[in-house]
Amino acid sequence: MKKFKHKHLLGIEPLSKEDITQILDTAKIFKGICKGTNKKFPALKGKLILNLFMENSTRTRSSFEIAEKRLGADTLNFSASASSLSKGESFYDTIKTLESMEPHIVVIRHSSPGSSRFLADNIDASVVNAGDGAHEHPTQALLDAYTIREALGTLEGLNIVIAGDIKHSRVVRSNIWLLKKMGNNVTLSGPPTLIPVDVDKLGVNVDYNFDNAIKDADAVMMLRIQRERMVESFFPSLQEFNMLYGLTRKRMKSLKEGAIVMHPGPINRGVEINSEVADSKRSVILEQVSNGIYVRMAVLFLLAGGQINEISN
Amino acid sequence: MKYLIKNGKVVDPSIGLNKELDILIEDGMITEISDSIEDNRADKVYDVKGCIVAPGFVDLHAHLREPGGERAETIETGAMSAMNGGFTHICAMPNTSPCMDNAAIISLVLDKAKTAGYAEVLPVGAVSKKREGKELASIGEMVQKGIVGVSDDGYPVATSDLVKKALEYCILFDIPLMEHAEDLTLTKKAVMNEGFYSTKLGLKGMPSIAEDIIVARDIIVNSYVKGWLHIQHLSTEYSLNLVREAKNRGERVTCEVTPHHLFLNDSYLDFFDTNYIMKPPLRSEKDRLALIEGIKDGTIDAIATDHAPHPNEHKNCEIDIAAFGIIGFETAIPVIFDLLYHKHGVSIERIIELMSINPAKIVKLEEGRIMEGKKADLTVVHPDKEVTVNPKYFKSKARNTPFKGLKLKGSPVLSVLRERVVECKVGD
Repeated sequence: MKKFKHKHLLGIEPLSKEDITQILDTAKIFKGICKGTNKKFPALKGKLILNLFMENSTRTRSSFEIAEKRLGADTLNFSASASSLSKGESFYDTIKTLESMEPHIVVIRHSSPGSSRFLADNIDASVVNAGDGAHEHPTQALLDAYTIREALGTLEGLNIVIAGDIKHSRVVRSNIWLLKKMGNNVTLSGPPTLIPVDVDKLGVNVDYNFDNAIKDADAVMMLRIQRERMVESFFPSLQEFNMLYGLTRKRMKSLKEGAIVMHPGPINRGVEINSEVADSKRSVILEQVSNGIYVRMAVLFLLAGGQINEISN
Repeated sequence: MKYLIKNGKVVDPSIGLNKELDILIEDGMITEISDSIEDNRADKVYDVKGCIVAPGFVDLHAHLREPGGERAETIETGAMSAMNGGFTHICAMPNTSPCMDNAAIISLVLDKAKTAGYAEVLPVGAVSKKREGKELASIGEMVQKGIVGVSDDGYPVATSDLVKKALEYCILFDIPLMEHAEDLTLTKKAVMNEGFYSTKLGLKGMPSIAEDIIVARDIIVNSYVKGWLHIQHLSTEYSLNLVREAKNRGERVTCEVTPHHLFLNDSYLDFFDTNYIMKPPLRSEKDRLALIEGIKDGTIDAIATDHAPHPNEHKNCEIDIAAFGIIGFETAIPVIFDLLYHKHGVSIERIIELMSINPAKIVKLEEGRIMEGKKADLTVVHPDKEVTVNPKYFKSKARNTPFKGLKLKGSPVLSVLRERVVECKVGD
């Protein structure tokens, strides 16, 4: 298998169908290895990976840390609250400081769209975007794709519905790029106040009627609703949101046989997803979490120049 | 000193002049204009064959940052930058610190400009005290010192009531209310134009209606009080239509557009480069093309740069905290000639109207500036000379331009104001 073509993973947008398949196939091999007795595959021994988290994140950061440790890398967590950022140091100066530590890979989470590109432009290291504002969250889309492919046996020609706060979601944008590149139909559903303008020009359908949207779905991906959106009057109340766009038991029953339910987490029970659904057999939410580790292992391994035949031999 | 500017095509549409002529300048005055003047009559001869010699270009919209923002620009560097870019007169916007809302600060600005001795600085005073949108600033006192208009610059005039009073009060002095049209309730924390690209990039959008709502409000008020409304940096198709309709009804509404809104659209944000963020934001391609139509059909009165210098650290940062605005003096002529003259076939005369004659009228410079006996006030442009924009030649303190490295056809050659002659250089 070829070397991975990219130095950074800043988003799904720059990736080709082949790049995506390469990451997913590599992740599958890592999953096989990790299910065995020896969970470590120290391909990144001696490499320094910095986890630069300038916005709160427990799940994504933990997932990256596990992936890094399984690959045998040296890791350092650099979080905004503990850093000099709160003392007014500029992002540029922080980057230059980190560069002096000579990392091989920097994983970044930041509230500003484009921040991972800014980092990549100013540092001599590979950069993995772990979420830049509402722009992209590529490893989330990759783990979602992995989970869909594993659960449904294909990642092509599927009807996938993504619902809730489309406007503020980086997960949606990465998923749209990925699912469209792989040849799926994507339908977005949510209140018109949370659907960004011209989103259909990304090649997706928009259906404000959630009941109608999910009729033919093979997978329904629910997004977390943040309470502050209610304060900003994007919708009047959480109850009303649940009534119109919550994945309730009744709605789950209307799904096609075999359709799966997904959520990037953390979930708000009773808001965008009801407990009976989150805990049902259709839910692959926890599989998404564990697959996240293998996908992130694959991304880090490939960006470090690893090739898949090294693993399989 | 005696200067001879020879072999240029002298164009002044305000007096119907368009002819190859030589111009002799002695001690800052035009002493002779004729078909041929001998070289030996001057101390210095500029042979500008192939160039256009126009009445000095006037920029209705610039931020010189002094007092308060001298790290980005001073009145001296701003006025030097203007002349290096081909402007002899520039309007200084009042969003300084402290703000230009009283006669004392206006005097300070004018004194600094006089000492600098480059482009002439025409101050614009604030509409309201501290630009807070509450009480009228001392407009009359500022007019006595020399302001050419009022604006709450950076903010819209806060309320319909204040717009009405300001428009009414300015009738007394026959100066325009220059409006920054932005409904702030629609642009909170926003970074770029709302549209496909803001959706794709996950950046908060400023909808075009934020501009249109204020333009509509002001036109309604202006038609009621019969004042003089000037829309600054107009950027949307809808606002342009509102201005066109108002003009057709015979109302006194003028407007300006910037070179960057004519040349660029919001797709340039695709790489999160902070040199493409400004207010109003770069709009959609549809808006951009409408503005070019507005240039052609005469709706747009003037091209103004909105020269907005910022220190590097305010641009070399995350896009959602970066400062808005770009510098414009030293790129305006290449951008406008390349785009309007070469790509869209707009005539030289019309471009001179937009960059010199009309803005001069708005700030009340006298007509027919290229005449014997008048003070020297000229801009010389080579319309066909290619230039690759290189900020290392800029006289501005700031470097925040999206046009760096761009190859453009059209270049400023000379700026002449009284005894000051600047040989312009903005690239290679």
